[in-house]
Amino acid sequence: MEKKIGEVLLNVDHISLAFGGVKALTDICFSIREKEVFAIIGPNGAGKTSMLNVINGFYHPQEGEITYKGVHRKQMKSHDAAVQGIARTFQNVALFKGMSTLDNIMTGRIIHMKRNLFWQACYLGPARKEEMQNREYVEDIIDFLEIQAIRRTPVGRLPYGLQKRVELGRALAMEPDLLLLDEPMAGMNIEEKQDMCRFVLDVNDQYGTTIALIEHDMGVVMDISDKVVVLDYGKKLAEGTPDEIRGNQTVIDAYLGVTSANK
Amino acid sequence: MFYREAGQFKTTYIRDQELFPVKQDRWGIFVIIGFSFIIVPLIANDYWLQAILIPFLIYSLSALGLNLLTGYAGQLSLGTGGFMAVGAYACYKLVTIFPETNVIILILISGFFSAGIGIIFGIPSLRIKGFYLAVATLAAQFFFEWLFGRVKWFYNYNDSGAIEVPVRNFFDIAVTGPTATTQARYMVVLCIVTFLALVAVNIVRGKIGRAWMAIRDMDIAAELIGIRPLNTKLIAFAVSSYYTGVAGALFVFTYLGSAEIEVFDINMSFEILFMVIIGGLGSISGAFLGAAFIVLIPILITNLPRILGIPINAATVEHFNFMILGALIVLFLIFEPHGLAKIWSIVREKLRAWPFPY
Amino acid sequence: MEILTTIFIQPFFDMAGDPILFLQVIWEGFVTGILYSLIAFGFVLIFKASGVFNFAQGIMVVFAALTLVGLHENGIPAYIALPITILVMYVLAFSVERLVLRPLVNQPDIILFMATIGLTFFLIGFGEFIFGGEPKIMITEELLLPYDSITFFDDMLILQEIDIAASIIAALALIFLALFLGKTKIGVALRAVADDHQAALSVGISLNTIWVVVWFISGIIALITGIMWGAKSDVSFALSIIAFKALPVLILGGFTSVRGAIVGGLIIGIGEKIGEFYWGDLVGGSIEGWLAYMIALVFLFFRPQGLFGEKIIERV
Repeated sequence: MEKKIGEVLLNVDHISLAFGGVKALTDICFSIREKEVFAIIGPNGAGKTSMLNVINGFYHPQEGEITYKGVHRKQMKSHDAAVQGIARTFQNVALFKGMSTLDNIMTGRIIHMKRNLFWQACYLGPARKEEMQNREYVEDIIDFLEIQAIRRTPVGRLPYGLQKRVELGRALAMEPDLLLLDEPMAGMNIEEKQDMCRFVLDVNDQYGTTIALIEHDMGVVMDISDKVVVLDYGKKLAEGTPDEIRGNQTVIDAYLGVTSANK
Repeated sequence: MFYREAGQFKTTYIRDQELFPVKQDRWGIFVIIGFSFIIVPLIANDYWLQAILIPFLIYSLSALGLNLLTGYAGQLSLGTGGFMAVGAYACYKLVTIFPETNVIILILISGFFSAGIGIIFGIPSLRIKGFYLAVATLAAQFFFEWLFGRVKWFYNYNDSGAIEVPVRNFFDIAVTGPTATTQARYMVVLCIVTFLALVAVNIVRGKIGRAWMAIRDMDIAAELIGIRPLNTKLIAFAVSSYYTGVAGALFVFTYLGSAEIEVFDINMSFEILFMVIIGGLGSISGAFLGAAFIVLIPILITNLPRILGIPINAATVEHFNFMILGALIVLFLIFEPHGLAKIWSIVREKLRAWPFPY
Repeated sequence: MEILTTIFIQPFFDMAGDPILFLQVIWEGFVTGILYSLIAFGFVLIFKASGVFNFAQGIMVVFAALTLVGLHENGIPAYIALPITILVMYVLAFSVERLVLRPLVNQPDIILFMATIGLTFFLIGFGEFIFGGEPKIMITEELLLPYDSITFFDDMLILQEIDIAASIIAALALIFLALFLGKTKIGVALRAVADDHQAALSVGISLNTIWVVVWFISGIIALITGIMWGAKSDVSFALSIIAFKALPVLILGGFTSVRGAIVGGLIIGIGEKIGEFYWGDLVGGSIEGWLAYMIALVFLFFRPQGLFGEKIIERV
């Protein structure tokens, strides 16, 4: 069944980012459409994570424009990004190690929780009601990700694969329109990867969330993405469908290698 | 066998997120509260109230404040003494300017002055983190030590430089000043501390507590989730300073009776910090456990040799106090950084399995 | 208008009006500043070698001074007491590193900092237990340090010879150490260890040798500082408040920079004296207690890494 890909959700226009003398990104342009699964691939150090950081508002580019939901900006502010529906997972799991799974995912709901200090101090009344509503939403996510058993476990004690799942849960709790995933399958075995793929595709399918993901596993990328952009040394090498990229000679030379291209 | 949760099912999220989901815990807390409010004032003698229970409660309140800031929100503060001083002197000025107003209300209001100062000294926390922030709080500490010692308006220009607490009543019972009984003062402190502790517990289990812990654990990720770091940190400073301010006011008004600024020096800041560390960073009960520990140690050191028949002079007691305290801090940080609260929860885990070993 | 003049104009007139007095104030500030730099250097050394801000450094200074005086009181001549004290400080630094710093090696910074505060408390109690709490007098004569004063300008400008000696010794020590860290093989190895322990190990640097050097140097620094400070005021545990003076210096100069310690120390030392002398009375006097911290606070806003420190770039 063909899914309907929508209008342009995020447009990245001639973005350049440098740290002192190091050019992380040079003149990058691409667009991501609604409901797309968009992959960013390339060798290590190509600037993929930096690109996500720019979209997130963590890094501010020296040049270029970002257009999100129709609004042009010279740079994203991280709070704006979060409230406007951009959520993220990280290359090295960035969970809050002092809290449990449930609490970590609940932090994703904070942008939707409005009751101020006074009501929080009383707890009984509006604050508790809001807390329970959000708890229900989070429990749905916990069911979806099949992590009920580790609800109360401090995340520091969880194995790596489960931590990545909890991190996905936290991002989902924000109810994002655009989900940025930084190597969500890194360090996982085949079963864990299949589970993660299933979750990502379900999210895209059921909630209509647009996905941008950085991934090194070419099998996964070619399987689930609608569009792929290839970065190398901060520059864009190519952009196109998985088939187009697979056959692109520059990409094969720089990154894929001949065997990957023939898969 | 008695500490079993089996059979205690939670069928709603409200029940699951209660303060004391385990029935035995709930009974325990009711017993403690009943004991403190009803039995203690009837049977405790003046020494126990004046030298142990009242300071224990006040220190717990201050440690609670610091724990919210340092344990939950991860902002190290070495200025606790200074913030307590703000509360104490604000209360003193309020009491002199408004002699007719109920003193308990004034004590609760003086906390807001401390909160305001806390916010001011918390503003740097947007740009400076961790250890450097601690230095900013030291600036507050030294500044207020100087301010309340030098600017005579704060101690009403009296010659000794000290502030004396006047007699004030609460429904015809003297609660502050020389004529107030220890029982009256104890009840005032107990009520205020219990109330504020309950408020703290409520704040900590909701979204503000989670935002604090997120900032503490990984502030960059917290910001990318949509938490506003400056707001969150300033709320932490404000609430924490409110608590330490009220504690400072209580310290002078219901415990010491009169004070000079020296009581709120850097040693006080360190003492409260030690209570938080030993009790357990990031734990409400830890504040109480830590305070109890540090209030009791000097008493133990003074009395134990006497009980064992070993002669010991006052100076040596002081030295051993420092040594034991310092050594305990280091040991706790090495072996159990989550403090007594963690040790207590391990004991409870063992109790759950008792009489089996695991 | 009146107030503005008193704050912004009058003090400068005072300075210009009596330039010799101004020089005297600057000199006092300079001397204090050099000693601050020396203390700050002790902290920088440990911070560079271990990444820890060792709050207990202040108390080590006191310990060194007390040990020296204590040995002398028991009849040991100065030239023997000195090396013994250095040995004692070496053992002390070694124990601190083994017992306190090493077990906490992976903990976040503030945990380590709090541990060193605990350590300071322990050492204060321990020191007072061994040496007693009364202040003692530094054995300046026996150490061949001068105690007269030199005067200039018809007795208007008085320089204590001990101050001159202290400044020269401190300056020499700092220059020597800066060169040592910058130019010698061991100095470079030390900086490598400070950057990354594992990487240093993997290129064959012996951590133990480095640590021995660090403890040795920090012991000597503590001793020199203790002697100089003790010569200016009595030797007692009130001196451990010194650690609190080092912090603003380190913030100004950066925690990892020797140059920063020198420059920061001088700025704070001179700034404090000038501030106290010409502006202090306006607000009630005795502002030295917090002026340094306020200066440091302002600095933190605009340049959190200090004048010479390294800028930190955060990565996600």
